Amino acid sequence: MPSDRLTPARLRPRDVLHVGSAGLRNRPMRVVLSALGIAIGIATMIAVVGISASSKTQLLRQLDELGTNMLKVAPGEDLFNGGTAKLPEQAPGMISRIAGVEHVGATGDLKPTVRRSEKIPESDTGGLAVKAAGEDLLKALRGTVGVGTWLNDANGRYPSVVLGNVAAERLGITTPGQQVLIGKRYFTVIGILDPLPLAPEIERSALVGWKAASTLLDFDGHPTQIYERSSDASVDTVHKLLARTAAPENPQNVKVSSPSAALQAKAATEGAFDNLLLGLGGVALLVGGVGVANTMIISVLERRHEIGLRRSLGATRGQIRIQFVTESLLLSGLGGLAGVVLGSAATYVFAVSGGMPWVVPPWAVGGGFAATLLIGSVAGLYPAVRAARLSPTLALQAG
Amino acid sequence: MTAVVELNQVTKKYPGGVAALRGVDLRVAHGELLAIVGPSGSGKSTLLHIVGTLDRPTAGTVAIAGHDVATLSDRRLSALRARHIGFVFQSFHLVAGASAQDNVAEGLLYSGLTRAGRRKRAAEALERVGLADRMHHRPHELSGGQRQRVAIARAVVGEPDLLLADEPTGALDSASGETVVQLLHDLNADGATIAVITHDSEIAGALPRQVRIRDGRVVEDTRAKPPKPTGPTGPTGPTGPTGPTGNEEQCQATD
Repeated sequence: MPSDRLTPARLRPRDVLHVGSAGLRNRPMRVVLSALGIAIGIATMIAVVGISASSKTQLLRQLDELGTNMLKVAPGEDLFNGGTAKLPEQAPGMISRIAGVEHVGATGDLKPTVRRSEKIPESDTGGLAVKAAGEDLLKALRGTVGVGTWLNDANGRYPSVVLGNVAAERLGITTPGQQVLIGKRYFTVIGILDPLPLAPEIERSALVGWKAASTLLDFDGHPTQIYERSSDASVDTVHKLLARTAAPENPQNVKVSSPSAALQAKAATEGAFDNLLLGLGGVALLVGGVGVANTMIISVLERRHEIGLRRSLGATRGQIRIQFVTESLLLSGLGGLAGVVLGSAATYVFAVSGGMPWVVPPWAVGGGFAATLLIGSVAGLYPAVRAARLSPTLALQAG
Repeated sequence: MTAVVELNQVTKKYPGGVAALRGVDLRVAHGELLAIVGPSGSGKSTLLHIVGTLDRPTAGTVAIAGHDVATLSDRRLSALRARHIGFVFQSFHLVAGASAQDNVAEGLLYSGLTRAGRRKRAAEALERVGLADRMHHRPHELSGGQRQRVAIARAVVGEPDLLLADEPTGALDSASGETVVQLLHDLNADGATIAVITHDSEIAGALPRQVRIRDGRVVEDTRAKPPKPTGPTGPTGPTGPTGPTGNEEQCQATD
């Protein structure tokens, strides 16, 4: 009962997949090699995006921890008398009375230098400063003491000193109890601070109690830096009031800055230099795509018999075309998959070894995969069209 | 009734002026078993391609299973091949990595059947060619004769109106060749219409009808008078449902 309507049956999706993967299953080595190019391209792109996303997340997390609600007050240029202005002695106390301010810490620069012993010349400061420090400084900075204790009302009167982590390292001090020479007098180290990302100048300082500084080191009592921490909501209002409060007579001589702003800017620009690497990944991807196209053309040439046979079994041109496009898509899709895994793994290794959180943005994975599929279909289209145009009789004759 | 194959003054000229066929008339009725014989270069391969709708004639008309090939698009021709024509090739063209059953099932891939349905019918077809016990063997685990029988199973699994066999014994030793020829006879006894294209007069001589081709023309068309005593209906009898199911048990014994 020959039905008069000769409409070709549609291939089911599962059959398309089966037919499209048949060529790959028979040549695993070729699949690996031609998918490798795509894999390298995608892996590069994923790793570039992933690594920058990881370090950005790390920065933002750090920023979160340190808070963006700290402001720093310092004396500016004295516009009338020249030289550097001085902040009034009462400035920290007045700032602490602004509504919303939680902690105020002050430091005052001291002239003497800090040295390990008398054997080291006085001019050899090692880039370290000596500062008088108020008690509240550590709270305002949200800093912590690594070993030992912080200055307090009692030990702040005596020749005791707390070192920033960099200062301690440069002086070769690892435990409290050791002594360092400040000016002409030995001070006992009572504590070493943990790193302070928002105040690197404190990391490089030897901190002496406010009272001890004035009695032992000729400190004039004028703060040179005031660190102020307020509630998040009042940062802006406090910012406006700071200069006038710190030096009501000469507010123009006061510099107010936000140390976290630098970190924020760094986080924002993280990834700006990735374009070159991303482009490199794109080139690798393109070369991979050419490799896939090449493999597909060879595959079509080699499988002329199969194409002829399939045509004789009733495959339409469209069905031959879709078979080879599917094969190409599978080939590049496999490469893309391997690339995503490789790139994620590379990011993981980098993040873990750098103590960062492991972040691979989903959009990068999605985008990489989409690029793969696009390349796969473009690379497969020409060979597939060629395969479909092949005359069945010629395909069967060869050999 | 309608013939399976009806060629009218078919001419095929290739670019460059070579005429492979020059006005061939050929009519094949349902249930026939015929040989198309000729030396190489006689045009028999071209004839196979034209009858198999893999190629179109330059002039003349071709009707396969009642469809005029000239009026059909490439898509519809593909459907015609999927539904009405089965091919057997000299070099088998089996898929190397796939089992016999999967190879046969491939013959139904473009028929619209589900995978399970294709595999089931493939198993039946393999049984029919006497390879029920080789279902899961791969081509390299089979002898030449067995491979050709797998290829024949693939060609008949869709129960086509016409089976075209191109030198089916060409790559086989004589013993395997005989089993294949016997299988073709058995399939024909079950109602299949089969055309065997060969250059071997000996094989052709064993078939009920011989069409001799030379230089693109039919030079002789002979029929052996007493074709088959066992046929339930005459060779040109009314077109019943193809592939009777009652006789299948008999041909299993041939192995």
